[in-house]
Amino acid sequence: MYLYDEIDRDMLADRASEFRGQVARRLSGEITEDQFKPLRLMNGLYLQLHAYMLRVSVPYGSLSPVQLRALAAVSRKYDKGYGHFTTRTNIQFHWIKLKDTPDILDELATVGLHAIQTSGNCIRNITADPYAGATADEVDDPRVWSEVLRQWSTFHPEFSFLPRKFKFAVTASPKDRTAAKAHDIGLVLRRNRDGVLGFEVMVGGGMGRTPHIASTIREHLPADHLLSYVEAVLRVYNRHGRRDNMYKARIKILVASLGIDEFRRQVDAVWALIEQGEIDLPPSELARIRAAFAPLNFESLPAISPTFEAERANNPALARFARNNLRPHKQPGYAIVEVSLKAPGATPGDATAEQMELIADLGERYSLGDVRVTHAQNLVLPHVKLDDLPAVHAALAAAKLATPNIDLVTDIIACPGLDYCALANARAISVAQDIGEKFTSPDKAELIGELKIKISGCINACGHHHVGHIGILGVDKKGEEFYQLTLGGSGAEDASLGEMLGPALAYDRVAGAVETLVDTYLSVRVGDERFLDTFRRVGVAPFKEAVYADAH
Amino acid sequence: MPTLIKLAGGTAAWADDDFVMVGLEDSVPLSGKVILPLSRYAAEAPAILAQGRKVGVRLEGADEVEALAPFLADLSVIALEFSKFRDGRSFSSARLLRERFGYRGEIRAVGEVLRELAAFMMRCGFDAFEPTDGSTPEEWAATVHRYRHVYQRAADSRAPAFVEREA
Repeated sequence: MYLYDEIDRDMLADRASEFRGQVARRLSGEITEDQFKPLRLMNGLYLQLHAYMLRVSVPYGSLSPVQLRALAAVSRKYDKGYGHFTTRTNIQFHWIKLKDTPDILDELATVGLHAIQTSGNCIRNITADPYAGATADEVDDPRVWSEVLRQWSTFHPEFSFLPRKFKFAVTASPKDRTAAKAHDIGLVLRRNRDGVLGFEVMVGGGMGRTPHIASTIREHLPADHLLSYVEAVLRVYNRHGRRDNMYKARIKILVASLGIDEFRRQVDAVWALIEQGEIDLPPSELARIRAAFAPLNFESLPAISPTFEAERANNPALARFARNNLRPHKQPGYAIVEVSLKAPGATPGDATAEQMELIADLGERYSLGDVRVTHAQNLVLPHVKLDDLPAVHAALAAAKLATPNIDLVTDIIACPGLDYCALANARAISVAQDIGEKFTSPDKAELIGELKIKISGCINACGHHHVGHIGILGVDKKGEEFYQLTLGGSGAEDASLGEMLGPALAYDRVAGAVETLVDTYLSVRVGDERFLDTFRRVGVAPFKEAVYADAH
Repeated sequence: MPTLIKLAGGTAAWADDDFVMVGLEDSVPLSGKVILPLSRYAAEAPAILAQGRKVGVRLEGADEVEALAPFLADLSVIALEFSKFRDGRSFSSARLLRERFGYRGEIRAVGEVLRELAAFMMRCGFDAFEPTDGSTPEEWAATVHRYRHVYQRAADSRAPAFVEREA
């Protein structure tokens, strides 16, 4: 992992002290809420329905056990004993008091955590592949480039007041676990035929009320020119992105209105005039950052663990967990372990202080001190020895963290919705819980296979509903909660936007409709097709018929 | 009462503003230094310059600094507007003037100019400010110097972290 040096730590300390001054000016009445709002929004502090919400950044979703324990401590001391992991791989505390926020930021700064650029019209936290450094299918470690981008974008003097927020995703694997094509800039690392490392740069993806799948602006950008090139992209966007209407201000609108070819021409013209050597990192700094992500000291182990195989044969719960929550590790004898934050009846993405501490302990003891957050609102122990899996599973199960449902029907993404958020039209969490109740049988969930349900409580689409295999969007109809269903979306390498199913459904019909959609899928699927594959083959008609026939 | 803060060699101080800001509809004063809106500059500046008077120009966020390229040698001040503090276009304008066009004269921040933006402005090449939040030069300087390090190169001379680390 990248460890903050004195410079990085000074940056956090300086930010914390600046914010302490700003809060003091607000509490003393020197400045009004209106004047304070833009200042707190630069520090991830939102005023929500019931209290202040503090969004803490988890840079590229990577946490040390020490950091995770600090988050647990904050949730216990200043919140109600839990935190909420988001689709941006950040963590939110929903019950914060303004007067406590300077102390919270000070405590977080001691472990290298902060709330910098977790809100506002600036470059937000970078999303990276949660399996970085562990998966066999990556051509490079995306965390190297995520850290490069983190530093470059932090307090960027030119790009801190963009037309709208700006999100990067970085992956180095053909299997996209970052929703790269749903980001303002998606970066996919590849080697070209000559073996040169470069990025496919995709631009203009995004959710919200006008969803777009990103377009490729450059097939192969030599990796060491990353910063000068994205500086050119951001400059074109900063100067020409719309500022008259916040709903048309994201870069996706600019790219769509110019067309990708004209946008590319403008970026290339700017890039040619940038002193690239001044902006791109020198090889020494790149090497310093890369060294922080050097391959770990894995043990040489056989690919099969007799201990694990014997336990799995005798323990159906472990066997089920292994089928659904393990992913192959590049090192023989190890596995990537997904820790589900989607237990039945739970709020998707919530973890209690005790759960965070347990995962921190497991990360320390069994995962080489490494924990990840996924955009699907789960956690990952990326480097667990197969021999240790029975112990890890038992510990997780005792803390209700071993739900064997990764990528299955109950592994639902949901935004906080009307339970917390001032922008929401409808609840999202309870819809997820209701759907969970329809699929309590883990056998049935496995039979259904991969099915990604994503729920947003309003058109801002924090729950990524546009790219859900089943997307659910809460809308307000004359004061009542209704839900618009879409089918066939994907945020992965086969990205697509969902297609509307039909008229919006009342709250109490949503879970039943999802059940009907699943039954329809099971009745028409061929072979081992996923829900998404079946939908793409047969189209919306049979699903629509089933759900709305049911209504009459 | 001065309203202009100038930054030189890392110190901020009140400065007398002897330029008159000429609005779109205003008539140009008969003597003294003036700042003209971009749309009037090309037509009206030559005559004023010919009188030996100093002339500046004022650009809104949407105005493109490329239009100034032919005039840079004549310009004493370039005022870049922040119509709202959230409108960050003038940050790009200032960097382009310094880095691409090599302009060394005064770049002045006008409009909604708040202390919280001071460091960003300074880094993008601004060296004169008309704060609208009542900031004093002392407060302005404190904000500019609050951060001990920077991560990236911009239009100022500050060494980024990756250079500091090599030292």
